[in-house]
Amino acid sequence: MSDDARRLRAVDVVIVGGGWAGSIMAKEMTEAGRSVVMLERGPDRSTAADGAYPASIDELEANFRYKLFQDLSKNTVTIRNNSRQTALPYRRMAAFLPGEGVGGAGLHWSGVHFRIPPDDLRLRTRVIEKYGAKFIPEGMNLQDYGVSYEELEPFFDKAEKVFGTSGEAYMVKGQVVGKGNVFSPSRSDHFPLPALKDVYTAHLFRKAAAEVGFHPYSLPAANASRQYINPYGVQMGPCNFCGYCSGYACYMYSKASPNVNILPVLRRHPLFELRAGCHVMKVELDAEGRRATGVTYTDPDGAVVTQPAEMVILTAFQFHNVRLMLLSGIGRPYDPARNEGVVGRNFVYQNVTTSNVWLDRGIDTNQYIGAGGGGVAFDDFNSENFDHGPLGFVGGSPVWVNQAGVKAIAAAHSGGPPGTPRWGSAWKAGVIDTYRHSLRIDAHGANMAYRDVYLDLDPTWKDAYGQPLLRMTFDWKDNDIRMNRYVVDRIGDVAKAMGARRVNLTKREFGRPFDTRQYQTTHLGGGAVMGTDPGTSALNRYLQSWDVHNVFVIGANAFPQGTGYNPTGMVAALAYWAAHHIRTTYLAHPGPLAG
Amino acid sequence: MQGLAGAAACSTVLAALPARSSPPASYAPRFFTPAEWAFLVAACDRLIPADENGPGALALDVPRFIDMQMDTPYAHGAQWYMQAPFVPGPDNLGYQLPHAPRDLYRRGIAGMDAHAATRHGRPFAGLAPALQDDLLRGAENGGMTFGDLPSTAFFDQLLANVMEGAFSDPVHGGNTGLGGWIMLGFPGARADFMDWVDRYGAHYPLGSVSISGETA
Repeated sequence: MSDDARRLRAVDVVIVGGGWAGSIMAKEMTEAGRSVVMLERGPDRSTAADGAYPASIDELEANFRYKLFQDLSKNTVTIRNNSRQTALPYRRMAAFLPGEGVGGAGLHWSGVHFRIPPDDLRLRTRVIEKYGAKFIPEGMNLQDYGVSYEELEPFFDKAEKVFGTSGEAYMVKGQVVGKGNVFSPSRSDHFPLPALKDVYTAHLFRKAAAEVGFHPYSLPAANASRQYINPYGVQMGPCNFCGYCSGYACYMYSKASPNVNILPVLRRHPLFELRAGCHVMKVELDAEGRRATGVTYTDPDGAVVTQPAEMVILTAFQFHNVRLMLLSGIGRPYDPARNEGVVGRNFVYQNVTTSNVWLDRGIDTNQYIGAGGGGVAFDDFNSENFDHGPLGFVGGSPVWVNQAGVKAIAAAHSGGPPGTPRWGSAWKAGVIDTYRHSLRIDAHGANMAYRDVYLDLDPTWKDAYGQPLLRMTFDWKDNDIRMNRYVVDRIGDVAKAMGARRVNLTKREFGRPFDTRQYQTTHLGGGAVMGTDPGTSALNRYLQSWDVHNVFVIGANAFPQGTGYNPTGMVAALAYWAAHHIRTTYLAHPGPLAG
Repeated sequence: MQGLAGAAACSTVLAALPARSSPPASYAPRFFTPAEWAFLVAACDRLIPADENGPGALALDVPRFIDMQMDTPYAHGAQWYMQAPFVPGPDNLGYQLPHAPRDLYRRGIAGMDAHAATRHGRPFAGLAPALQDDLLRGAENGGMTFGDLPSTAFFDQLLANVMEGAFSDPVHGGNTGLGGWIMLGFPGARADFMDWVDRYGAHYPLGSVSISGETA
């Protein structure tokens, strides 16, 4: 198809995907004086148009008709639990909700904005140091990221300032400065904005968690607690806890998004061009397959177009980046039988379960009040903050109340306490009691990487452009189920201290497969991971393809295994980290940044 | 105690809502045939019945909402991946049928009425509430198939749309008088709690409001 494609004038950099990673890379490359074309397969979007109050806060359209999300009719994935099964198409949105359109998932995300625990970046090394190599379960592909917290710290700091992140530090420049997360590493600076106020349920959780002996802290939120102007000169308004974050373009301009925080500046830059409605099908390589020459895409009129470029930066959603590498022949595809090859390897998810606590009927929990990134967490059972030795599992889980605003249709679907019918008068009584007087507590755990959990191309189903769908082979593993069950029991301790009238602890069950029908989270990761060994990573520690040096791949695809935290903060920091090394080294001396 | 007083005030509002056992005669369904409409009205009345906790699906015009939805791209399956082949698989791998929502209703209602006729000699809408509940529970639990359509696929579609109709913004044709939101205690498009976020445990005093500015 590329032979018939219309060929455009070459640019310095082509960026595939208009979300956080793409917008950051485009900003950095234009700052470096490079011409940039950003290709986004979805429509152009802006907060002014897509976040206008009140029409935009329509729960049916936003959360049940998926206005800002991926058009599954054109492109989806197939899923199976193990390689003996036939993978079947993910035909309806449910378990995860990838974005589409300018801003990507960064337009409709919630706003939880974490760094990463330093131990998570060198988890393989750390686990072996503490517990010995035999502690790693058979079949777990535990790896290090190949980059340290100290190296990434300036880029976490930069991202927080661009996002206008609200939070309270624990330690700045080695000095204890506040009531932040006692397990978090030292920072070079405070959060740009103070923490959001606690909603009532978070306030109760904070008090109860401290009583039990845990160490509660305010979730770092890219929801502005005050009016803010970021380093690019764009303005954010103060969050009013409206409760319409996830699935919406924030009408208050309080939730950070590429559309609010970066694109208003980029769109005016003479070196920047955004092309929406352009679906990239392939990265074009030279005859030897060692160098990218550009990309081929379908434009909004259906014409096939080739855009030549000196550099190609893939910044689509995690699994689209992996698929594009497989479709383009960049890197060796993963072979689970031999545990060899790298593209598709170490595909991971987020190990989340949500428990419920009912308080006295005289107390209104006002669950509709919320900020997507706000809340209170404790990290006593996250990362390597606790002794895994006697517990016998790898990984951990922060625990939190992250009341992002529960709305009416979602509440109706959630229903009443376990055992309540799904309809009829008993359902009504249960759902009213639950909505008015209960709260939710999440165990937001890490998912480890396993040899037989991976991504490849599906042999049967195709997208609207005739290309194979990506195939996911995924299931929950014993190690991760045991971790979840241990941490959820700690939620039971906190619920008791809250004076719960009733508690429903939700735990992962042994033998119950991954269920694509129930929403869990869109925190998918891995599949084209970073590292220092080309035998186990598709990208070097600068997120550069080991095989095709002028291709960089930025996203949660780079995580060698899951962490307990939400991915966006880490993705943004990795984007700035990669951009820094492209600007300071690669542009002057194009070639492999790691040998 | 503030919360209790607030709840009592809410109940007063609910009691003032007109109790209705059928949708307004003025609405003429565009998608559903008269027989299908009779099923839909009867089923909605059982799925969310009017009771002491608030209005039912009929007072909230849920059947009207569902009929209006049938004219949207969603109901034509435009948001679902509908490429063949359609291969059956384990339930946990999700929906694998070639039917869009409109087809699910057409086939599902015909199937439900056929089962009602076989077992009880008349269509679903003509049965006593207890028998209707039995049939709905049977469909929910997978006790029937309608051709290639497992009853659960139809029931889940119906229940999801009923919940949407009762609790979405009235702009879509349901949640009449904001009755669903009042019952639940959801303020709708109010969407500004700057001054209420730290009023811990207190009952929020302002009524629900819709996108069009309708208040309760």
